Amino acid sequence: MKYLSKLHKILDSGQFAVTAEIGPPKHASVEGVKHHAHMMKDYVDATNITDCQTAIVRISSIATGVHVLGAGIEPIVQMTCRDRNRIAMQADILGAYCLGMRNMLCLSGDHQKFGNHPTSKNVYDVDSMQLIQALRRMRDDKVFFSGEEIKECEPRFFIGAVANPFADPFEYRIDRLEKKVEAGAQFIQTQCIFDMERFERFMEKVRERGIDQRVHILAGLTPLKSWRGAKYMQSNVSGMIVPDSIVERLKSAEDPKKEGVDLCIEQIKYVREKIKGVHGVHVMAIAWEEIVPEIVERSGLYPRPQVDPSELE
Amino acid sequence: MIIAQQKPLKDIAALISECNKVMLVGCAGCVTVCLAGGEKETEIMASSLRMMREVEGKPLQTITYTATRQCDPEYIPPMDEMVKDVDAVISLACGVGVQYMAERYTDKWVIPALDTKFIGGSTVHGEWVEKCGLCGECILHKTGGICPIIRCSKSILNGPCGGSQYGKCEISKDVDCAWQLIYDKMKALGKLDKLMEIQPPKDWSKSRDGGPRKAVREDVMIG
Ligand code: SF4
Repeated sequence: MKYLSKLHKILDSGQFAVTAEIGPPKHASVEGVKHHAHMMKDYVDATNITDCQTAIVRISSIATGVHVLGAGIEPIVQMTCRDRNRIAMQADILGAYCLGMRNMLCLSGDHQKFGNHPTSKNVYDVDSMQLIQALRRMRDDKVFFSGEEIKECEPRFFIGAVANPFADPFEYRIDRLEKKVEAGAQFIQTQCIFDMERFERFMEKVRERGIDQRVHILAGLTPLKSWRGAKYMQSNVSGMIVPDSIVERLKSAEDPKKEGVDLCIEQIKYVREKIKGVHGVHVMAIAWEEIVPEIVERSGLYPRPQVDPSELE
Repeated sequence: MIIAQQKPLKDIAALISECNKVMLVGCAGCVTVCLAGGEKETEIMASSLRMMREVEGKPLQTITYTATRQCDPEYIPPMDEMVKDVDAVISLACGVGVQYMAERYTDKWVIPALDTKFIGGSTVHGEWVEKCGLCGECILHKTGGICPIIRCSKSILNGPCGGSQYGKCEISKDVDCAWQLIYDKMKALGKLDKLMEIQPPKDWSKSRDGGPRKAVREDVMIG
């Protein structure tokens, strides 16, 4: 069997995957991106390239992806439904594929209210569920969203989606995850996990329904730099749960950054060893990309598996 | 009904600063109910504008009229005589009324006094909320009677998104998450399985994206 991407091969062969995240800059230089990519290259299997995260204008995820790919990392192109209608989305799907991208992560996107253009118009022509389904149909049925046939070279992406076990209603989060799998999601990255107890409950229900057998779930983890950062997420980011104990732990730490890294490593080991059904971790070191190699190495996830390009489509 | 709100009075005053005589036209329909442009609001606005101009030493003459429905061309002609010698018409109707006025009085400058906001209803006295997205193809039977097109900040058809928490939408702690409401309602109805169906992309050509819409009923057309 040929795999759609390196990440696909690693996950399907049962190896514990490691993905990270690179946030494109708010200017037109990719020097920083290249630097981060070079640094992470040997430590992750693929990196997400965020798509104007928190609705702040940045270099597009696809353009950034070209540079990340050039630096030797497989990109996971994020595509939100906020900024593009179905015509623009498909143009970008075709574009990303022809530029060598092989993984795509479909998500709703943060509301523009949070970004630097709060007076803009949001699109949401299709939602993330519909995007997943349409992307699968482009690949498997060779049709555009409209049903029109793609005559040649259909874009063949390894399709990802997100799940947030910390959003409400809790019970429906499992249903919605299943719905995304039905739509065509092959891997899932979760929202940053701080409330491990809730994540375990989530995974328990996921396993009860056998969803972990049908999709690769990567646990999202974020190293915290300071208690203020933790506090900010706790009170300002909707859909996030940060227990007080974590805020306190960082507050009383002598070296909060080190404590944040230690905590993240503990969490990685925990989800890997203790929670069945987790097939990898997604390390979101927000504005702290340099720390990824250390986290991966100290978590015992280095070196990363090699994939022979001949195994890929 | 249509919910509208008055523009700041000083903005309206600035628009008519060169006029000596204006006509203010209210509407007895929706904007009366939402307390934005009925007879009472029209009179108050006229006197406020006059007072402002009095203070400036440039008196303004006003005439007022409240149409039964400005959104119905039938109710416009009775104003033909009144508008003749005014320098501008200030309409306190929704955008439809403003346009019917402008359409009939081709040589008159028609100024909207209101911002037409949305269609919705009231919650408590003095508060109105948006309820319908006017999408052109109602799906309320699928969503427990709650409109995700307009009440979900992202118009998601397969919600809720990951920003929904404690029943509130990610945009504000003051905004209910429409999908939480939908979930609760469908659960109460014992129809949660319906939410597992993937709702396909919407046909927005039935909405404003298809261009100005028309609704035709040939059976009631005359002649
Ligand atoms: S939180 Fe709820 S209402 Fe707000 S955008 Fe998400 S699904 Fe829609």
